[in-house]
Amino acid sequence: MKRVVILGGGTGGTIVANQMVRQLRQDIDAGAVEITVVSNTEQHVYQPSFLYVAFDLTAPSDAKRPERQVLDRRIRLVQGEADRVDPREHAVVMSDGVQLPYDFLVIATGSRPAPEEIEGLAEGGHHFYTEEGALKLREALQSFTGGRVVLVVGVPHKCPVAPLEFTLMLHDWLAARGLGPSSQIVYTYPIGRPHSLEGVSDWVKPVFEARGIDSHIFFNPELVDPVAGTVTSLEGETLSYDLLVAVPPHVGQEVIARSGLGDSGNWVPTDRHSLLMQGTDDVYVLGDATNLPISKAGSTAHFQADVVAGNIVQRLRGGHGSLRYDGKVFCFIETSLRKATYITFDYQRPPQPVVSGSLLHLYKLAFNHMYWLSAAGIL
Amino acid sequence: MDTAKIVDARGSYCPGPLMELIKGIRREAIGTTLEIWSSDRGSAKDIPEWAARAGHELVSSTEEDGIYKIQVRKAR
Ligand SMILES: Cc1cc2nc3c(=O)[nH]c(=O)nc-3n(C[C@H](O)[C@H](O)[C@H](O)COP(=O)(O)OP(=O)(O)OC[C@H]3O[C@@H](n4cnc5c(N)ncnc54)[C@H](O)[C@@H]3O)c2cc1C
Repeated sequence: MKRVVILGGGTGGTIVANQMVRQLRQDIDAGAVEITVVSNTEQHVYQPSFLYVAFDLTAPSDAKRPERQVLDRRIRLVQGEADRVDPREHAVVMSDGVQLPYDFLVIATGSRPAPEEIEGLAEGGHHFYTEEGALKLREALQSFTGGRVVLVVGVPHKCPVAPLEFTLMLHDWLAARGLGPSSQIVYTYPIGRPHSLEGVSDWVKPVFEARGIDSHIFFNPELVDPVAGTVTSLEGETLSYDLLVAVPPHVGQEVIARSGLGDSGNWVPTDRHSLLMQGTDDVYVLGDATNLPISKAGSTAHFQADVVAGNIVQRLRGGHGSLRYDGKVFCFIETSLRKATYITFDYQRPPQPVVSGSLLHLYKLAFNHMYWLSAAGIL
Repeated sequence: MDTAKIVDARGSYCPGPLMELIKGIRREAIGTTLEIWSSDRGSAKDIPEWAARAGHELVSSTEEDGIYKIQVRKAR
């Protein structure tokens, strides 16, 4: 029997598993192939909902389903923390010592927000990158009576459009509560324009100006002083705040470090086209966990899942697995509480800006529900 | 001279080469040199500009066949 082990039951891991089953049903039923997903959480969480949780537009329970229900019943689900991957023994070792041998391993462990990487941020700032963080921010916004809100952005981070989305949604939210005149939004960004993508930057500059949003570029937060209410960048600028919201810097997961597989940020060195972990031919990596210079986003994980699932299925059937990932990324962007736009690009093709519209906003909202079809490997 | 650590950010539109440099340099020891590979012409301008603001040292900047190779030494 051939064994495929998928480490991580989030967006990427779940899509890979469900897509493989669709192509290998008979082999699995005949006992020739086994697909195992290892997940340390019982619930599958649709993470983009945290942004809406912060604005009290949805509740955390709306965006969760048991992972067992999201996975095809033919997939074996092992619930628990993987302690380490042992590529030489071709096995995943669980924290209770159980070994899961594999013929092919898929690493889909994602990333973790690490506010503690910036001194004072965990004490002085809020974020919306975990359920707990989003709920705390929700309460802070509810009791906010006006003042200066500063948004800072750590590097690297997942969902590159989140800083803009949060800022524009906050602007609408404050206005709707009559807090616009007594508030000031200060947006900061690590590089020399308000977003990585030039087209998005060009689009957002006049939008910020029209909405009175102050923008500070080349601002990499280094130190937060919660008592004084200030945040200082490594470029030497200090801003005072009444409410500090951060897109925290992210790191790869501890299991990567424990396995000795990552770089200094726990990102797994990955071939940009084959998605094989460098130096191996039976370990694939996808989603946030890779060290690739592309957006850490659910859509990235989805496009990569097509390649990984296709190649493993092909190799199980005696082929070589020649699909290549072309760097494709697709992102919706909320441009207010009612409008949205989208961008798409790959390694070769730069993104083109798209005009925002309310129809796209409806589509993005609809996707929040369609996600479950996507995770099921149907969409 | 020590060899530079390569940061391959070719084809990166988002987060982009400068963001990849910031990600990498934060975790390196002072004195380490990183060499960023970029297919974006803008990198030849914005990487040196950021390095100057952040107090790092620009070691070299070259271009060959549309690939920009920019070396920055972590100075603080
Ligand atoms: C607020 C917010 C908004 C976002 N908005 C968007 C958006 O609009 N569009 C978009 O495309 N993306 C968005 N994203 C990003 C998207 O959610 C992630 O990029 C995507 O989930 C990455 O998929 P992944 O499979 O790599 O990791 P994840 O989905 O995070 O899954 C990793 C899984 O591995 C598990 N795991 C880790 N370590 C272990 C271990 N040792 N043992 C067992 N299991 C382990 C984790 O518990 C987790 O379930 C957003 C994210 C956030 C937080």
